[in-house]
Amino acid sequence: MSTAAPYTTIIGLEVHVQLMTRTKLFCGCSTKFGGAPNTQVCPTCLGLPGSLPVMNRQAFDLALRAALALECTIAPFTKWDRKNYFYPDLPKGYQISQFDLPFSSDGTLEVVDPKGAFEPRRVGIIRVHLEEDAGKSMHDEAAGTGDTRIDLNRAGTPLCEIVTEPDLRSPQEARAWLNELKLLLVYLGVSDCNMQEGSLRVDANVNLHIPQPDGRIAKTPIVEIKNMNSFRSVERALVYEAARQWEEWQATKAEMGKTPKQTRGWDDPAGITRAQRHKEESSDYRYFPEPDLVPVTVTAEQVQSLRGEMSEPPVSLRKTLASKWTISAYDADVLVNQGRELVDYFEDLATRVGEGKVASNWMQQDVLRILNDTNSTVAAFPIRPAGLADLIGRVMKGDFDTSRGREIFTEMVTSGRPVDEVVASMGISAVSDDDVIALCRELLAANPKIVADVKSGKEQAAAGLIGQAKKKNPNVNPGKVRATCIDLIRAME
Amino acid sequence: MQPLEMSAVDLVAALRQGDITAVQCTTAFLDRIEATNGTINAFLTVDREGALARAADIDTRRKAGKPLGALAGLPVALKDVLCTSDMPTTCASKMLKGFRPPYDADVVARLRRADAVFVGKTNMDEFAMGGSNENSAFGPVRNPWDLSRAPGGSSGGSAACVAGDMAPVAIGSDTGGSIRQPAGLCGITGLKPTYGRVSRRGLIAFASSLDQIGPMARSAADCALIMETIAGHDPGDSTSLAVDAPRYTDLLDKPLAGVRIGRVPEHYAEGLDPEVAKGVDEAFAVLKAAGATVHDVQLPHAKYGIPTYYLIAPCEASSNLARYDGAHYGHRAEPGGRATKTGGFESPLVEMYCRSRAEGFGPEVKRRIMLGTYALSAGYYDAYYAKALRVRRLIRQDYLDAFQSVDLIGGPVSATPAFKLGEKTDDPLAMYLVDLYTVGTNLAGVGGISFPCGFTKSGLPIGFQLQAPPLAEPLLLQAADRFQRLTDWHRRRPKAAGEVKA
Repeated sequence: MSTAAPYTTIIGLEVHVQLMTRTKLFCGCSTKFGGAPNTQVCPTCLGLPGSLPVMNRQAFDLALRAALALECTIAPFTKWDRKNYFYPDLPKGYQISQFDLPFSSDGTLEVVDPKGAFEPRRVGIIRVHLEEDAGKSMHDEAAGTGDTRIDLNRAGTPLCEIVTEPDLRSPQEARAWLNELKLLLVYLGVSDCNMQEGSLRVDANVNLHIPQPDGRIAKTPIVEIKNMNSFRSVERALVYEAARQWEEWQATKAEMGKTPKQTRGWDDPAGITRAQRHKEESSDYRYFPEPDLVPVTVTAEQVQSLRGEMSEPPVSLRKTLASKWTISAYDADVLVNQGRELVDYFEDLATRVGEGKVASNWMQQDVLRILNDTNSTVAAFPIRPAGLADLIGRVMKGDFDTSRGREIFTEMVTSGRPVDEVVASMGISAVSDDDVIALCRELLAANPKIVADVKSGKEQAAAGLIGQAKKKNPNVNPGKVRATCIDLIRAME
Repeated sequence: MQPLEMSAVDLVAALRQGDITAVQCTTAFLDRIEATNGTINAFLTVDREGALARAADIDTRRKAGKPLGALAGLPVALKDVLCTSDMPTTCASKMLKGFRPPYDADVVARLRRADAVFVGKTNMDEFAMGGSNENSAFGPVRNPWDLSRAPGGSSGGSAACVAGDMAPVAIGSDTGGSIRQPAGLCGITGLKPTYGRVSRRGLIAFASSLDQIGPMARSAADCALIMETIAGHDPGDSTSLAVDAPRYTDLLDKPLAGVRIGRVPEHYAEGLDPEVAKGVDEAFAVLKAAGATVHDVQLPHAKYGIPTYYLIAPCEASSNLARYDGAHYGHRAEPGGRATKTGGFESPLVEMYCRSRAEGFGPEVKRRIMLGTYALSAGYYDAYYAKALRVRRLIRQDYLDAFQSVDLIGGPVSATPAFKLGEKTDDPLAMYLVDLYTVGTNLAGVGGISFPCGFTKSGLPIGFQLQAPPLAEPLLLQAADRFQRLTDWHRRRPKAAGEVKA
């Protein structure tokens, strides 16, 4: 949306995140993704008669961690509620959730674009609560029978629901904010936020605020968009929906409150949102306190000790890296956005190299290039920081020029072997200063014209010697050859 | 040796000493069940084969000198609301007809580890909803004292099988009086422990915040013996109390001197049968003679007990019973093809839900689901459910206040002795009032015991109830046991069941 648009887009998000626990929220079944259907189940998550839930404290603590990182207020007393509705993937006929006393509320998460594409935006968090996931319904269209199969492996997986204030002002901001949220949750080890596996799901509420000639702000009806399976889809769906609402406004002048909130589904291939079938009556979930569970109390000491265990969140880590290694805010942003493991790698490397900027350049231009090309992570990267620091150190010393260094780097990645072995196998040997001087003398003797040019003040003429030097000895450092030649010519005077 | 006439305590001792084998003992009760169950209908499942195999195994182990559990060889009947991995568990509902749970309830597992022998699963009101056992989908239970009368409910089968000598002990569950009321109407002893004393894991839920499992037997001493096995903390039930269970049998034989028993004058209000009132007065006299003192106490909010109970219990039930929808297990209606504009269902799924539940549940269960669904609905929640929760806190506070000045509260279990089958079935409100004296215990979360304190002229048992502060089961059992050492009401056996045998 350009700033010249005649309206402001108002966006709020509702994010569901699966917590990275080994076991489910109320039983001991595995939460591992991808198991054969209905193999990770027990009487409790199957909702069998007589079964009872027991809270998984690890899940609760993980959710607390997320809430703390989102600067939420932690409730000293929280309870569970039943949300009643019938659906085949909900075997108890109710979901254990939190209604009027969520464990945390009133938080915030800021998103800053390092290139300044939008103003820094602090997004308020209305509440974060914990609930159990439902199973999965798989509509068996292939068989042509219209049968639905139910997989309850996911039923009971701990789910954190994060609801924001309608503070976002553009689809681009929404996408950037989601990236920041995901980064934060992954840093904290709260969730893997894998959208493909459904560990992160987003619904968006959007409408337009349109200033009127009389100074009043007209508000279009709020639309909830569902079925978006990537952050890119979220951005596209919001762009589409804002434009659609603007057109609708121009045609109908319909304002919020006069029609009920509409739910629209995002059709990714078609690139449009579609109205979802209206339910005859609005749902009444008949929430009431879950009598099978006891309320949870959280003490100030527990919060304190959890805070102590938490790693530094991305927002402050960016600042820490920038000042500690004297790199730009942009560079720190790029590094931090790659995740904690890459930051650890970088800091290890920077410590060994002794120059943050140099280490950062190698990380961004070389390591990240390989990781992106191979769609891999730093954990699987074949060169460890010590090996890379060795290479960088020798390039800094002038043993190899940067492009030679890159060749060596590429070979190290391919072969997984250290610098020395790669250098030997490539037939590269470091050229001694004496050898360089000898080579330069030979070149100067053979190129009197260049010598004369340099003498007359055209130092750039020395470049003509470098190609010849490379032919004679591919291992020489061109910069060194140039400098040595000029020094020798000067010495002739 | 006639096992049918022996107490559980004596049976366990005789089995231990080898005076009788587990097979002999189990056979005697199974034969009795076979002879009388056709009339009494106390059992929905009788596991003759399984029980005898288990008894034989216990005898073998005993002979080999191997260690055995505390109840080795003792026949036990289980209310059909408790999950058993080796017998169907139906809650006396068509909805769960033939349902076999893949696991044992915690109570069942504890009894198994104690080497009890399960003879079968007992009849009950469907999903434990009722006070006469007439709401069973598999026919009513008859009271062994008068076959034309109801045994009470919902644990009617458990009460009748003990009264009719079909098992020395049975396990029941009590949500608003379902152990104590049938125990009273059948002349046996039943204990409803403090909420959280016995694990609810594997007890099919009616109203989770009120349900509690307890023993039903011929005497307080037998109940104490069973409590030693079934009580205790279960980490698998979040509402289970993390308090070790005491050795209940060791705490029985103590005098009642100095024990203060409260008497609630309102209990004697209109509606209390004069013969019951007389029996209750005589029970107070016996307790006084045993050294206890009797004092009037007030439970000012007791009069709101029934309305409070009949909001909270149905609200929880409406949610607890949502899982019986035909999708995963239990009764599923055949496809009817009525998911059309004119057929009244918006989709085949909704048709399956509606018809499965319409066919699977009986009228009382449906009535309570509707009551609870209504009371939890938007716009009604505050007026009904939320208000009921507030009154419930007041009722609990009444009890805790009363227990500042007395150690126990005594009184009637039911306003009348056993009523005729069919007498109240057309009047749900009259049926709800049978819980008048018992629901307070559950709402307060405290414990209560019911035991016989006399008989009417027509030969029907009269029950006496004692209620105690949280976790004071030892005192409840001690007082009832002392009473039973001074009286022999609990030793009387019904003639009716005996006649059936002949």
